Amino acid sequence: MSAQKFRTCPATGLKIYSSAETLIQINAVTAIVFLLVGGLTAIGLLLTRWQAVHLLDDVLFYRALTLHGIAMLVAWIVFFEMAILYFASAVLLNCRLATPFIGWLQYILMLVGAGLTAVMIILGQADVMFTSYVPLQAAHWYYLGIILFAVGAILGCCVFFGTIGLAKHEKTYEGSMPLVTYGAMCAAIIAILTLATGALTFIPTWLWAAGLIPMMDAELYRLMFWGFGHSTQQINVCAMVACWYLLGTLTVGAVPVNEKVSRAAFALYVLFILIASEHHVLVDPGLSAAHKTWNTGYFMHLAVLASMIHAYSCPAATEVALRKKGYTKGLFEWLKKAPWGDPGFSSLWISMFGFGWIGGITGVIYGTEQLNIIVHNTLRIPGHFHATVVVGTTLAFMGITWYVLPLIFRREVIFPGLARIQPYLFGVSMCVFSVAMIMAGVSGVSRRSWDMNGMDGPFQVDFGPMTDLFLAIMGVAGILAILGGALYVLLAVGTLLIGKKIEG
Amino acid sequence: MSIQAIKPGWWQKPLDGQEKIWLSIAFVWCLAITIIMPWWHVVGDHNMSGEYHKITGGDFSMLTDQFIEKYQVGMDEGIPVVVPPANSDIFLRGAQWEWDPVLKLKAGSTYRLHLSSIDVNHGVSIQPVNMNFQAVPGYDSILTITPTTKGEYRIICNEFCGAGHHAMIGKLIVE
Ligand code: HEM
Ligand SMILES: [Cu+2]
Ligand SMILES: [Cu+2]
Repeated sequence: MSAQKFRTCPATGLKIYSSAETLIQINAVTAIVFLLVGGLTAIGLLLTRWQAVHLLDDVLFYRALTLHGIAMLVAWIVFFEMAILYFASAVLLNCRLATPFIGWLQYILMLVGAGLTAVMIILGQADVMFTSYVPLQAAHWYYLGIILFAVGAILGCCVFFGTIGLAKHEKTYEGSMPLVTYGAMCAAIIAILTLATGALTFIPTWLWAAGLIPMMDAELYRLMFWGFGHSTQQINVCAMVACWYLLGTLTVGAVPVNEKVSRAAFALYVLFILIASEHHVLVDPGLSAAHKTWNTGYFMHLAVLASMIHAYSCPAATEVALRKKGYTKGLFEWLKKAPWGDPGFSSLWISMFGFGWIGGITGVIYGTEQLNIIVHNTLRIPGHFHATVVVGTTLAFMGITWYVLPLIFRREVIFPGLARIQPYLFGVSMCVFSVAMIMAGVSGVSRRSWDMNGMDGPFQVDFGPMTDLFLAIMGVAGILAILGGALYVLLAVGTLLIGKKIEG
Repeated sequence: MSIQAIKPGWWQKPLDGQEKIWLSIAFVWCLAITIIMPWWHVVGDHNMSGEYHKITGGDFSMLTDQFIEKYQVGMDEGIPVVVPPANSDIFLRGAQWEWDPVLKLKAGSTYRLHLSSIDVNHGVSIQPVNMNFQAVPGYDSILTITPTTKGEYRIICNEFCGAGHHAMIGKLIVE
């Protein structure tokens, strides 16, 4: 058994092994690079969908949209999740990383995969959106890139489980694993299951694009794609909720109100979410109504129950912690005296608000069979998921960063005053952006469309002045959100480069 | 602390009162929304029939051509206009990047609308009533529709279908 180097964290007393530390650092930095790529494409998308500005031409718009989806939803989020997995296993369990070599393989495969995919998109060989519904076809390298990326991510999950096993074996912790590790474990279980489905979808598609086998049935592809594509969103939800608990503890020392309840809720995600995916194909042919309602009704709502439980436990834990600090006057003194100037804390609360009140509510509504008819493929859909995956997951990850920088990178965050306003700038404007997008979608404007007015078509369309107003609000809020995102990238990268080193 | 390992026995800690109340509310609410969906399916007016069968693009195209030949009354922007009789089977064909034919329907009459694509996925977004369906190659998706409001509607493709996606706009007339 090879001895690994470690240091002892002065703040927590945990042993931090350099193998884990390096992998956490490199995955997080790569994630931020992809966030930057996604943010640059967002500028073009935003200023094109804002019909009054209409910046990009059509080909460029669709290309940027494909790249935006891949860079953000796939690369930024999953690279960051790999960092979280290593953190939640090796660091929190006080253990060395199992097989750091495979950890490196994870990183290299994911980097090569994401790079290959992104390059194919930029070269114009893959104007198919990240969903790549067959028979739309991209160059076969595009699918290979996705497959490599997924294999890398599976390896990352394996290292995570290996490390948990190692920690158990070497008894580096006592009792049951911490809640954050438990949440990350649920995310990793879902990840392995869904990435395997992803492989089942993308390997035949890759072979088809290479001309080796006939095409998969178009509806089967849609069903399989979302069987994995929707469930991967549950990885994001799980990882985000784990970050919520983590942020609660780091910012105010919150203790989960009842471990049993929180852990049971995480387990509900694992048990039931794999099943809700059919809400993506509610208005498709190929499945009976009974099948669709069963899949998206009963089972999905048990996963919704899990979110409802966390929606209670997370804020409750911070309330209890703040009351313990003596803020007990009236009902809301704890809320007023909360550390709103701590970017970790404000990120936590804005993330919970956006995910639950905007993303969660619209999600449950849009996933019903009948209402889906009025929302399918309209701007309501990206409005919904910018609330979940951007305000929710992305902001939670950003909030974690302010703690990862000093604890793992050992640098003091530069310009703490700017870091303080970053969650508000990004989070609040992203909430407004999402709601404005949803409102534009209410009048029926479709998503993924370069021009909603049909200028080049045989018939023109007029959505009226209200829609233009909402698109303008979306545009302005989107610009503020992009500034907030840029501020995050600048502060994070700036801290890495010139932040004051913390010794110890 | 959620970042520290916890002692065994955590699963024996009872729920406190507020927690129980919240859990019950959440559970009942989830049950309610679970029941609403099938219930709407039974009592609601707007549902997909769920009727479909598999069909090749060639066969669907042939059926659409026959349908057009039978009921065509004119042309609009180069797209045939058809006036089918009430209670009949009507066809809407999606192809990169055109919807055809232009359907002229009678308010209050019922039709069986056959929907498919002969190349890639397309989206059928009927505006301004805002009803959206998916046209999938290889599948004939059948919707039973009864138009109620007279007027001119647009059929906007809302599934990305290639470079000309945004130009794929059709027309539907209800008289
Ligand atoms: C910085 C602020 C951001 C802005 C202003 C922005 C803006 C947009 C816009 C305008 C669209 C096009 C909607 C359409 O026409 O269908 C879009 C699509 C999308 N965005 Fe963002 N976005 C941002 C951040 C993010 C982040 C952080 C993520 C993921 C973590 C994300 C994920 C997506 C996805 C998955 C799509 C759909 C792509 C597709 O339809 O194929 N966005 N975004
Ligand atoms: Cu189309
Ligand atoms: Cu289209």
